[in-house]
Amino acid sequence: MAGAFAEAGADLELVDLHKRFPGFTAIEEMNLVIPAGSFFALLGPSGCGKTTTLRLVAGLEEATSGRILIGGKDVTETKPYQRPVNTVFQSYALFPHMSVIDNVAFGLRRRGISDAKGKSHEALALVELDHLSARRPAQLSGGQQQRVALARAIVNRPALLLLDEPLGALDLKLRRQMQLELKSIQDEVGLTFLHVTHDQEEAMTMADTVAVMNKGRIEQLGAPEMLYELPRTAFVANFLGQSNLFTGPVSGTTATSIAVDVEGTRIVVPKARAERHTGTVTVGVRPEKLTLHTEAPEVDSSRNLLGPGRVIDVSFSGVSTQYILAVPGAGTVTVFAQNMGVGPLVADGAEVWVSWSVDHGFGLEDEAPPAPRFDADTDTATIAVQKKRALMSELEEA
Amino acid sequence: MAFAAFATETAKEQTPRRGGKIALLLLVPGLLYLGLFFLVPLFSLVFTSLQAPSGVNFGQFEAAFKIENYAVFGQYSEQILRSFLYAVLATVFALLFSYPLAYFIGVKARPWPLLQNLMLVLVIAPFFISFLLRTIAWKSMLSDESPFVTGLKAISLLAPDAHITGTPFAVVFGLTYNFIPFMTLPLYASLERLDTRYLEAGSDLYAKPFTTFRTVTIPLSMPGIVSGVLLTFIPAAGDYVNASREFLGGTGTAMIGNVIESNFLLSNNYPAAAALSIILMLAILVIVLVYVRVSGTKDLL
Ligand SMILES: Nc1ncnc2c1ncn2[C@@H]1O[C@H](COP(=O)(O)OP(=O)(O)OP(=O)(O)O)[C@@H](O)[C@H]1O
Ligand SMILES: [Mg+2]
Repeated sequence: MAGAFAEAGADLELVDLHKRFPGFTAIEEMNLVIPAGSFFALLGPSGCGKTTTLRLVAGLEEATSGRILIGGKDVTETKPYQRPVNTVFQSYALFPHMSVIDNVAFGLRRRGISDAKGKSHEALALVELDHLSARRPAQLSGGQQQRVALARAIVNRPALLLLDEPLGALDLKLRRQMQLELKSIQDEVGLTFLHVTHDQEEAMTMADTVAVMNKGRIEQLGAPEMLYELPRTAFVANFLGQSNLFTGPVSGTTATSIAVDVEGTRIVVPKARAERHTGTVTVGVRPEKLTLHTEAPEVDSSRNLLGPGRVIDVSFSGVSTQYILAVPGAGTVTVFAQNMGVGPLVADGAEVWVSWSVDHGFGLEDEAPPAPRFDADTDTATIAVQKKRALMSELEEA
Repeated sequence: MAFAAFATETAKEQTPRRGGKIALLLLVPGLLYLGLFFLVPLFSLVFTSLQAPSGVNFGQFEAAFKIENYAVFGQYSEQILRSFLYAVLATVFALLFSYPLAYFIGVKARPWPLLQNLMLVLVIAPFFISFLLRTIAWKSMLSDESPFVTGLKAISLLAPDAHITGTPFAVVFGLTYNFIPFMTLPLYASLERLDTRYLEAGSDLYAKPFTTFRTVTIPLSMPGIVSGVLLTFIPAAGDYVNASREFLGGTGTAMIGNVIESNFLLSNNYPAAAALSIILMLAILVIVLVYVRVSGTKDLL
């Protein structure tokens, strides 16, 4: 591969990949295919094994079992420097004894690519750091170092680029700009990107496919809209955005839908959007799909209705307002309402009902209820609200 | 580890704080020490080196400005050159021996701190026995009657009339052996702090292990290499134990240290001995300055 850039991205295939550290299983049986030229995001909480996955693909960690194929070639046994892969490290790992430009040119020089300096300057210009090319990494800010790390990997045009939270240290504006930049590089050259992040918005806006990872396994994988619309597990439903979840036994089934009995309230979900159709089922709906009513509305069979409940918290966040309701039997319910008018729709303490279109609900595949439900009045959200109230009154007194 | 102080990375430049009265006070013992044990002997040495024979009797000298004393330089140029040659060889061998050792202790053995400590103790252990005793021990191990030498002769690896002691080989061997800890410890101190993520980054960027070693590991451990080389080379160049005939040397292996010793103690030619000492000192100073400049670690001096 010496002397030339990758013509196009390569696909990545992980087969039964397994990684165990002494006394700790970091990756369990991972099977994954990332098509060539796609932008794949790996999303998950801290410590779920994202970096470990990337290290396995880069060859910096040896798999306990399983195989890794890049562009159809088995690379499980090859050394990192033999793999057509570059990494943007979470810790940057810029060589402290080299100038920025030498850092960026390092990979090109090792491969004997002509005009390493010129190409490195171009890559630095792309991340808007060409004016600092003579500096040492220690003389740069965290965000600047991160961009150098990005340039150092991108300049090699690898068939597969691994990005480990490459934008974590950047401010929002720069982050947006770099996201666009990354996206355009990826489109232009058709490279395959494997992007690790814990920013769900970043994952959803940039990636063709998002995989949500939890505790060493992939919980769900799919296009961002699909993942958001139809989460399969409670973890995904709550990690990717927020969800209102209700658990109860299935009380009725029609040809197209199932009805779940949640402490006396009937919630209907289309069969096509539910993973399981019998037994105890957890169903959910996204907070922005809910409509608030100040008096009991007349609803037909195309909508689910919950209430009455009480508003226990109102928090304004610019475009929308978040209301937290305590609904007897159903626990706390979160509602996002667009701020179309001036001021909140309802005040704290008001009695309200919520409704949503049956088509917006989803049913999870989780067997057991996601978590033991707390009593309505000791729910974590309620506790948080009580704490906030206590603090506010304390402040007022002071 | 005291040696860590030698190998510290480029210190961040800091502006000195004002109101340094206490700092000055704290400096006093150091300055006194420097004055008493460095400047006074240095002046006394310079003074001695310029003395002239008093003519009354042998071994008596009087104050003078006899710059011709420094002409001994020409007389002993062979020994001076030999000193530096042996010291360079010993430094190179010690570096070649110590780097892998220090790398193993400081990097490879990281998952096993017990092994690290054990090996460090083994590196330092020779210091528990006098340097003279250890060198004498080597003399008997390398002597003509030793099982090692008779064995070598038996399998014809050594000519029947050959010797090991008294040869340049034995002297360089002794120097190398005696200064290995001085090389290993600073190397260990800098390799121990080597961040292996840089090595991973190197191999991720297509560098083969040797290239990573050359372009990343060596530059990052340069402070340790420089201090190890200085700590070995400087004392090795002035050493007079290994090369002396009572130890590993012979008639043809005398180094500058041996010449100074015999002038001082045997021929009582103090001015010549002092002049040679000063020449040795200046030569080492020049070599060290050039070396530090070339190796690019100006922060060390
Ligand atoms: N060398 C190691 N030895 C033992 N356990 C390890 C090792 N490296 C990682 N782990 C464990 O493996 C798990 C996954 O680590 P990993 O670094 O992949 O997390 P991550 O998803 O990248 O998290 P973050 O978002 O915080 O970077 C963690 O629980 C970590 O403690
Ligand atoms: Mg990580």
